[in-house]
Amino acid sequence: MPAIEFDDVGYGRADAARVLEHFNLSIETGEVMALVGRSGAGKTTVLKLVNRLLLPQNGRVRVEGRDTRDWDPIRLRRSVGYVIQEVGLFPHMSVSGNIAVVPRLEGWSAARIAARVDELLELIGLSPQMYGTRWPDELSGGQRQRVGVARALAADPPVLLMDEPFGALDPVTRAELQVEFRRIQDRLRKTVIIVTHDMGEALKLADRVAILEEGRLIACDRPDAIVKSTDPRVRRLLNTITLLPGANEGQPSAERESPRSSARSSALGGEAPSASPEAESLRSRPRSSADGGGGPIRL
Amino acid sequence: MMAVIRFWLAHRSELASAFGQHVLLVAVSTLVAVALGVPLGVFAARRPRLSAPLVGLANVVQTVPSLAMFGFLLPVPLLGGVGARAAIVVLILYGLLPIVRTTIAGLTGIDRSIREAGVAMGMAPGELLWQVELPLALPSIVAGVRVAAVVGVGSATIAAAIGAGGLGEYIYRGLSMVDSTVILAGAIPAALLALAVDGGLLWVERRLSARRHSRSRRLAAGLAVAVIAIVVISSSALAGRSARTIVVGSKNFTEQVILGELVAQTIERKTGLAVQRRLNLGGTLICDRALLGGDIDVYVEYTGTSLTAVFHQPLSTDPKSASGSREDGEFSSAAARANGGGATRALGKDVYDRVRDLYARTGRTLLPPLGFDNTFAILVRGRDARALGLRTIDDAARETPRWRAGFGYEFLDRPDGYPGLAKTYGLRFLDSPHVMDLTLSYRALASGQVDLIAGDATAGLIKGLDLFRLEDNRHYFPPYDAAPVARAETLLRYPRVRLALDALAGRISAADMQAMNYAADALHEDPATIAKRFLADK
Repeated sequence: MPAIEFDDVGYGRADAARVLEHFNLSIETGEVMALVGRSGAGKTTVLKLVNRLLLPQNGRVRVEGRDTRDWDPIRLRRSVGYVIQEVGLFPHMSVSGNIAVVPRLEGWSAARIAARVDELLELIGLSPQMYGTRWPDELSGGQRQRVGVARALAADPPVLLMDEPFGALDPVTRAELQVEFRRIQDRLRKTVIIVTHDMGEALKLADRVAILEEGRLIACDRPDAIVKSTDPRVRRLLNTITLLPGANEGQPSAERESPRSSARSSALGGEAPSASPEAESLRSRPRSSADGGGGPIRL
Repeated sequence: MMAVIRFWLAHRSELASAFGQHVLLVAVSTLVAVALGVPLGVFAARRPRLSAPLVGLANVVQTVPSLAMFGFLLPVPLLGGVGARAAIVVLILYGLLPIVRTTIAGLTGIDRSIREAGVAMGMAPGELLWQVELPLALPSIVAGVRVAAVVGVGSATIAAAIGAGGLGEYIYRGLSMVDSTVILAGAIPAALLALAVDGGLLWVERRLSARRHSRSRRLAAGLAVAVIAIVVISSSALAGRSARTIVVGSKNFTEQVILGELVAQTIERKTGLAVQRRLNLGGTLICDRALLGGDIDVYVEYTGTSLTAVFHQPLSTDPKSASGSREDGEFSSAAARANGGGATRALGKDVYDRVRDLYARTGRTLLPPLGFDNTFAILVRGRDARALGLRTIDDAARETPRWRAGFGYEFLDRPDGYPGLAKTYGLRFLDSPHVMDLTLSYRALASGQVDLIAGDATAGLIKGLDLFRLEDNRHYFPPYDAAPVARAETLLRYPRVRLALDALAGRISAADMQAMNYAADALHEDPATIAKRFLADK
């Protein structure tokens, strides 16, 4: 049974262009699925349908085989970690306080919460002594994003949703966090959906990549298959990571809305030639989906 | 300034209790306004379509002058009436707007992504409100509380007009005595209190915004709890007057305050009952409502005023309609008037009887008259009267087209006031009459700002400022014999009060009253001292 399943999902107003249309996708337990597409392609909508921030107008979204309509929204959301675009740390709580939010809501004992917070801070590479008592505005962007991940993981949810988690970071920090994400995921084996408009990031992090265009799924496959795709729409997205610095001007680029796009392209451009080989190497990694339900799902 | 300090020292305990009352009024009303305003703000912030009309309504409430607001509330059962309760209701209404508005602003100002993070983490609406939204909106809400409390300190001074006590008592007393020392004695502590409240809450607000100092946050929360505890304890201590207390009221001008003191001290001396003073109540109607509602037990009223302003009965100034011509030593109308003789005296008796019956029907008892008639006195400068040879209002009517007139608020509207006077004597003035405080109008006349005023026949300033009283030769004004009016229920329960007040019957002559008014208005003596001396002399 897939951990998350989209069954012919439609979302959006009837009179306007639909945000999602006839959307089908299955995410296996322990799998990292990247959703790639331009702004407005419907990626964030897909995430919000999973934790019932939105309900579909057509079709069904199933989490652990159960329609999200039948889930108690509070229970569902506490079983699904969510790392959002703008981080969304609570400014009136310390780092520890932010990480402890869901355990507190779940009524954990103080000792258990404290131990869990320390454990998570270690996991994301921040010293509990130094960072636990700090306030969000005293952290760098990268540190805030790490805390956001730790907060999402706090109550050990089986599913993790990440919306552009590294989007607002400088290229160096971004690359660092991507490596760290993979390290953590290899340990925790969560079912992860990660939204990005950066094809390079998707290929680097995901077990499978799903590509959206105007609310429809146009491709979904392993990174090694994606890089070999002959679909021109997929190739256009792949081109955004192989382009040399400055060469993407005037091109329909997934990153043109970002003021940092050229800087990011140049950083990625340096490693662009290795993008495909790296994707090749991902293929040889053991996949949790192949483990056959050995993942940490405890719903 | 030295005079103010001397006044404070002489009235220390009274000042302390007025200050305490003031703080209590503001604290209780602000706390209730918070308890109502924050939930209202939360409610409105979630329904944007509602928040605009709600804030609009609160804005409208805010623009109603506080004195008018007190007036609106007088006849309202449970909330209205006279005393601290009605004042607190008004102060709450004023406090609501800033609190509702800043609560809405604080909540809607929260970053969308922060709220979404809370929802996505599985917070129920209540958890989101208490753990995320309210903590983040708190500095903004406290800013609103600060505005509400500071406005409250100011508005509470006006609440003295309906007998709520507080520092406003001094301000009103000072205004009615035209004594800036007494005004300052109330105004300075009120201003200092406003500054202290403003500064204190600003400190709390800053502490809350600098959210990283969780220790001072806790301190601020502790302070708030302490304030609430103090208020609850002290208000429960103050709640409910003891059963054996007689409440004496008065209107807000010098003579009334002196009469209030006379009545209060007489009851104290002769009955040993505790007396609470609610002097300086806003006006005739406020005193009347207070008596009806049981907020006061007794005050001194004037028969003509009762007839026209309280009971809205037509004036019948035709002496022939008077029910009898029996001589009655207690009726001084004739003595107070230059002419009229027995007919006027009979008229006074007639008006007294009619008013006594009207009061009796509404559960109140008009006690025997005190002995003087405080009719309206049409006054001009003594120097003008001598130069132009003026004696009567008819004489003055020749001159008035070149004159300006100044009248108190009540006189302009009363059925026995200006409109009838102008009609009876055919008075016309240079421009429409200037509306001014009754007490201030004497000084305005003396200093030449106006040329004719309607004052009280017994006013001490007539002598003090060399003013001349024109004779009401067409007998326009009804008799205004001063007499205490009391709740029948109180008199039944405490017969000694009736005996004590009966003893005052006919004891105060017009000359006595004028001398006492003069002592207060011109010599700035304390009304309580004046009353004490008068009772000792008699």
